[in-house]
Amino acid sequence: MPITYLLILSSMLFSIGVYGVLARQNAVLILLSIELMLNAVNINLVAFSAMFGAEGVAGQVFALFIIAVAAAEVGVGLAIVILIFRNRSNVDVDEMSLMKW
Amino acid sequence: MNAIVDFLGGDIVVTAIVKTVVAFAALLLTTLIVVWAERKVIADMQARIGPNRWGPYGILQTLADGIKLFFKEDFRPRTADKWTFALAPVLAMVPSLLAFAIVPIGDHITIGDRRIDLIVADLNIGILYFLAMGSIGVYGVVLAGWASGSKYPLLGGIRASAQMISYEIALGLSLVPVVLAAGSLSTVDIVAAQAGSVSNVSFFNGVPVLEQIAELFSFVPNWYIWSQWPAFFIFLIAGIAETNRAPFDLPEAETELIAGFHTEYSGIRFALFFLGEYVHVVIISAMAVTLFFGGWGGPKPDFLPWIWPIGWFVFKTGLFVYLFVWLRATMPRLRYDRLMWLGWKRLIPASLVWIMVTAVVNTEGVSRNARLVVFGILFVIVLFWLGKGDPRLTGAVTPQRRRVHGPS
Amino acid sequence: MVDTWQLVVFWALFAMMGVSALRVVTSSNVVHAALYLVVTLMGAAALYVLLLAEFVAWVQVLVYVGAIIVLMLFGLMLTRAPIGKGMFDNDQRLVAAVTAGALFGVTTWIIVDAFEGQKITLSKATGIRAESIGDVIFSSFVLPFEVISMLLLAALIGAVVIARRD
Repeated sequence: MPITYLLILSSMLFSIGVYGVLARQNAVLILLSIELMLNAVNINLVAFSAMFGAEGVAGQVFALFIIAVAAAEVGVGLAIVILIFRNRSNVDVDEMSLMKW
Repeated sequence: MNAIVDFLGGDIVVTAIVKTVVAFAALLLTTLIVVWAERKVIADMQARIGPNRWGPYGILQTLADGIKLFFKEDFRPRTADKWTFALAPVLAMVPSLLAFAIVPIGDHITIGDRRIDLIVADLNIGILYFLAMGSIGVYGVVLAGWASGSKYPLLGGIRASAQMISYEIALGLSLVPVVLAAGSLSTVDIVAAQAGSVSNVSFFNGVPVLEQIAELFSFVPNWYIWSQWPAFFIFLIAGIAETNRAPFDLPEAETELIAGFHTEYSGIRFALFFLGEYVHVVIISAMAVTLFFGGWGGPKPDFLPWIWPIGWFVFKTGLFVYLFVWLRATMPRLRYDRLMWLGWKRLIPASLVWIMVTAVVNTEGVSRNARLVVFGILFVIVLFWLGKGDPRLTGAVTPQRRRVHGPS
Repeated sequence: MVDTWQLVVFWALFAMMGVSALRVVTSSNVVHAALYLVVTLMGAAALYVLLLAEFVAWVQVLVYVGAIIVLMLFGLMLTRAPIGKGMFDNDQRLVAAVTAGALFGVTTWIIVDAFEGQKITLSKATGIRAESIGDVIFSSFVLPFEVISMLLLAALIGAVVIARRD
């Protein structure tokens, strides 16, 4: 299987994630889009790992690390979202302009 | 006969399909029997008769119920989310069914010259697969709660997701020491590691009296329940919580939430939730047997040597299913904060400590003295911990606590 | 023969993941968006199995699908996700679409330019088993591993401190 196929799939998911981050208003939906982007990176890493065969273990290890980082990111992110919801009773990022000039 | 051999053993794909279909059918049949058995056993414990109309001892009762539920009207609330509402019962049932794929139900049978292992798929990362399927099982409950579009299911769904996520951590951590001890994530290897006798453990070799005592127990199989009993108890408690059964049945606590997440479900969709719960019970029992009770291991007479392991496996699993039923008939439901307290403040730290201990003890080159010191420290910790007398366990709320929380 | 099947499965996954990823960013129902993300992530897991990275695949299912997205759903329910449609997009959709499209175009061009003709050949022998991943994590990558565990601890404490009601 040509590796370009996998890389194009990955870049497609990443671009869709970028669109989501830019176009969405709800904080949780932005987090979902970020997950999409992290996942695209993972596909890249595993694809290269598969290309290098047995020497490509590092790619899978980094994919695992990224999954762990994603878990940490979601934990903190959701804590912030819930805090904001508690204070302002909505989670639209565009309305969080209190500290904005 | 040759045609059958060719059919079964000729192609690896055909073998896989046959295995899958047989396992699926056997699991569903077992589940039907388990549902009947639970009703019968609980009735017995409550001095009632239980189902007694359809078939001998009412054994066809589940089938009759299933047929009734199947022909009921497929009712959906107006406020429900159509697709998610339909998807949730399937998601509650399918992961439990899939998890059965890594449970070895017997040794192997030989058809022609082809060896067929009695396991659907011996994955090299079997335990991880089991945990992954367990974590997907949360979706059924969460989505059912949300998609019903009504208050009590939503509350039940939120409770369920919090409970299942919390206890999943303890469940996963309780399996780590077993994996450490067996040195493999594959269930087949874990069962194989439990095949020997307790006297094979050379820990007491050279100690005068203990050596002889260890020799006396040479007939006892080397199951992980002996060396890993803390992991087993954590696994069992977390497993019961994962299946949402009494005493952890808060997601569907009928006195508080009507029926929790499946309040709005009826007919065949309710039947799927119902069956899913029992499939889950069977899976947790089967995993407990596989991981801690030697799987299909047991005495194997010469007569029909392949059927004995299956018999042992079914027997052991049956005992665990009985334990589940017994607990349901015996234990009152936990209060929600105590449930969370038990999961986060007792089970998770306990499993972490136990992982530490197993890691130290299993390391090659650690002397017996060092191991004994580790066990001694563990013993002190356990004593200290049990003796603390947490007010939440004894139920006594001190006046000071009451004052801190205020009248709200 | 195997290669053909691999490609067929790959394109099926490609289509599935593409469509569901698009639905993640365009769906007007927050819970549906999360569910479409689940489909995408499961597609990725299937892709990893296809690339013989079983361990990563099941970790993906366990952590991503089983924990992260469930946590998301939990957050959505706590922030009162309504059933039915809502408007969750802001007014820079066109700009966002152009940016994303440009990004996709540029990266695709670079990828095709750089990796044209390189192939992944898979056989059972080249599949990486869980043991070798463990070996590598606890030898070459032990420092990043420790850093990640510190990060998780920090995130844990941070999340508790932030979300705590006091």
